[in-house]
Amino acid sequence: MAESPVVGTQLNLLDHFPEWLKKDERPGFEGYIVPAEHLLEFAHALRDRFGYDLLSSVTGVDYLPEGKMEVVYHALQTTGGPVLNFKVQVDRQNPVVPSVVSIWPGADFQEREAWDLLGIRFEGHPDLRRILMWEGFAGHPLRKDWKEPYFEEEAKPYKSRWPEGHVQRAEDRHPLHDNVDYPAGFDPDSWSPETADDVLYKTYQSIMEGSDSELHTDRMIVNLGPQHPSTHGVFRMVVVLDGETVVDVKPVFGYLHRNHEKIGERCTWLQIMPFTDRLDYISSMSNNFGYALAVERLMGIKPPERAEYIRVMMAELTRIVSHLISIGFLLNDLGAYFTPSLYALEERELILDIFEAVSGSRMMCNYFRFGGVARDLPEGVLDKVKELVFERLPRKIDEFDRYLTRNEIVRVRTEGVGVLTAEQAIALSATGPILRASGVPYDIRRADPYSIYDRFDFDVVVRYHGDVYDRYLVRLEEIRQSIRILQQVVRDIPEGPVQTGKPQWQVRVPAGESYGRVEGPKGELGYYIVSNGKPNPWRYHVRAPSFVNLTSLAQMARGGKVADIVVILGSIDIVLGEVDR
Amino acid sequence: MANEDLQIPGYEIPPEMQGQVAVTTLDRIYNWGRKNSLWPMMFGLACCAIEMIATAASRFDFARFGMEVMRPSPRQADVMIVSGTVTKKMVPQIVRLYNQMPEPKYVVAMGACASGGGPFKEGYNVVSGIDKFIPVDVYIPGCPPTPQALINGLMMLQKKVERESLRTARWYSREPAPAIPVPVLGPDLMDPRRYDEIRAYTLSKRNQQTTEEQTEA
Ligand code: SF4
Repeated sequence: MAESPVVGTQLNLLDHFPEWLKKDERPGFEGYIVPAEHLLEFAHALRDRFGYDLLSSVTGVDYLPEGKMEVVYHALQTTGGPVLNFKVQVDRQNPVVPSVVSIWPGADFQEREAWDLLGIRFEGHPDLRRILMWEGFAGHPLRKDWKEPYFEEEAKPYKSRWPEGHVQRAEDRHPLHDNVDYPAGFDPDSWSPETADDVLYKTYQSIMEGSDSELHTDRMIVNLGPQHPSTHGVFRMVVVLDGETVVDVKPVFGYLHRNHEKIGERCTWLQIMPFTDRLDYISSMSNNFGYALAVERLMGIKPPERAEYIRVMMAELTRIVSHLISIGFLLNDLGAYFTPSLYALEERELILDIFEAVSGSRMMCNYFRFGGVARDLPEGVLDKVKELVFERLPRKIDEFDRYLTRNEIVRVRTEGVGVLTAEQAIALSATGPILRASGVPYDIRRADPYSIYDRFDFDVVVRYHGDVYDRYLVRLEEIRQSIRILQQVVRDIPEGPVQTGKPQWQVRVPAGESYGRVEGPKGELGYYIVSNGKPNPWRYHVRAPSFVNLTSLAQMARGGKVADIVVILGSIDIVLGEVDR
Repeated sequence: MANEDLQIPGYEIPPEMQGQVAVTTLDRIYNWGRKNSLWPMMFGLACCAIEMIATAASRFDFARFGMEVMRPSPRQADVMIVSGTVTKKMVPQIVRLYNQMPEPKYVVAMGACASGGGPFKEGYNVVSGIDKFIPVDVYIPGCPPTPQALINGLMMLQKKVERESLRTARWYSREPAPAIPVPVLGPDLMDPRRYDEIRAYTLSKRNQQTTEEQTEA
């Protein structure tokens, strides 16, 4: 595929496209600016000549004062190295950008998201519909001049609350006493309520006709979710079936869209931290981690040694929790009703005890701070962790292994099911265990090390069949690797402060942009932030791994049986808080 | 425990029969049976659902309260635990599920989000509490409520069940329960019960705009 890829850091793309490629020279910004008309040419070259085979993130930024919309791309080489950032700037009045789905199919959902929330039109996108909000919703909410019904002020802290607080319910300020707003002159009776689903079903029109089976069966659309016992939350799949065979699947998102980014852009830098907990609510500590890294990069600070160790400790414990839950519930989906998940939850409780001891909360830890962590480990916690990682967890993981790995039913139901080849996984921007189960040994902790991961001995787990079984094996083995890292952490952790400088509630973040990414339990968790020097971010975007990983759902499910869809979804391991944000 | 709950005072039971025989009222025995076998609907919305699962799991184990029979179908459930953020996109489904539950039915709003919008209240896709649409019996504070808090809330619900009476129970009256109108997704969420208010609001908004334009011109 690649002609001999040039390695990231030495690469100067300006030499290759001198006529039109520009460096982004705004202070604090990096990467390149590509003219919209050359985007496809540039993208082709990146992928085929320079080895940037995986497009990690696509998002938009609304630069209202300059009258511009910007689409920001982050691409990476699966052989390792830092991400490459490039942008396309277009006029805000008519933002049209060519779609890169033909080059990186993994851009599909992310481009739809940018269309939905920012109103950027991607020309050539095969299915540009709204994704998080419903078809028919008025406006593109992430635009800077779009105001929510409960709008109070551009940025927090609101004057009504600070420095003197007044109790004032948002409902009382709004004429309708509710969180709703409608265009002027709108008549609710004139509304035909079917719009959203009509638009969706219309995209199926061509495949609904014509079945290739000898029996001439009718094709049929089946909705799974949003209330379904096995969709892991409020997730909906619209499946086209030919008999029992899956012809196509389209996920429908947004049932848990909580406007994380809009709220984030109103919050101060530190106020966002507790919101990140609620993204992937099973692994709040690693969400904190990614966000702290992104802001610290911009501020140019580093946490002290002890804090680094604590951070790694928390992130790896989180990975264990998340993988355990994922394995337990995968077995649930296979019909092993609840027993394996109860085993998993038992271990989870022990780790949650540690989280509660350090942060005060079992799930919503809000523990990281810029330049450290909120407080030191309380007495006894380290001993508890030691007990866990040297004694209990290794034994328990072996137990899982013994019960499940060679279980006949597990193997028959998962081997060869939901296959994703390495090329497909890369093209569809899959990351995390999905990518590694397809034979690509890409782990950010190794490929682009952050924090102090370069100090630890651990293996990047990789399997080669790309099926549900391999994803299970990767997760199981990754738990063992995490335990290995934890053993080194508790051995080496030094004494000392856990925070650089004084704890502050209001930090100064210099103008610029930053992309902080960590290897979360579900894949690459990235935070793209833009600061204009104010106490609030101008843009705050989360590149959520389980959202992007869902791009490959259709590929995995097509041609399989309808009963396997549930298992395949379980093997992707999604958390809706992160998918919909 | 059953005996203290059930026995009504004033009836002498011979000592050898105590523990086997109780004199009670129909209301008491009926409610006692109901409150100890409330079946929740297996239905999770957001982060709070994970704590609900933890409550069902081994350490907290709400099977002790007769609640372990979680039913994915609303038609077999007694309690809907609204465990998480209610979004505008999801609320039509929740109302529909509620309408499908047979009576007697109860609703527990678990956590800040379900009770009043929670940390995401100001979001444009968030409903400020499920009680804007369906009646709630117990509110549980917390973000997320700990399993202990959830259990406490469920025990409150049991107390509520205990105090109901067959004679006044709504579900034994002749009329079926009126269904709650399902909200509609328009340019924003629309509650069919409030169409008149919405019309008045959009009309006044348009009038305001025209006056503004006229003054400008
Ligand atoms: S109350 Fe808190 S924990 Fe519960 S759903 Fe809302 S944000 Fe999540």
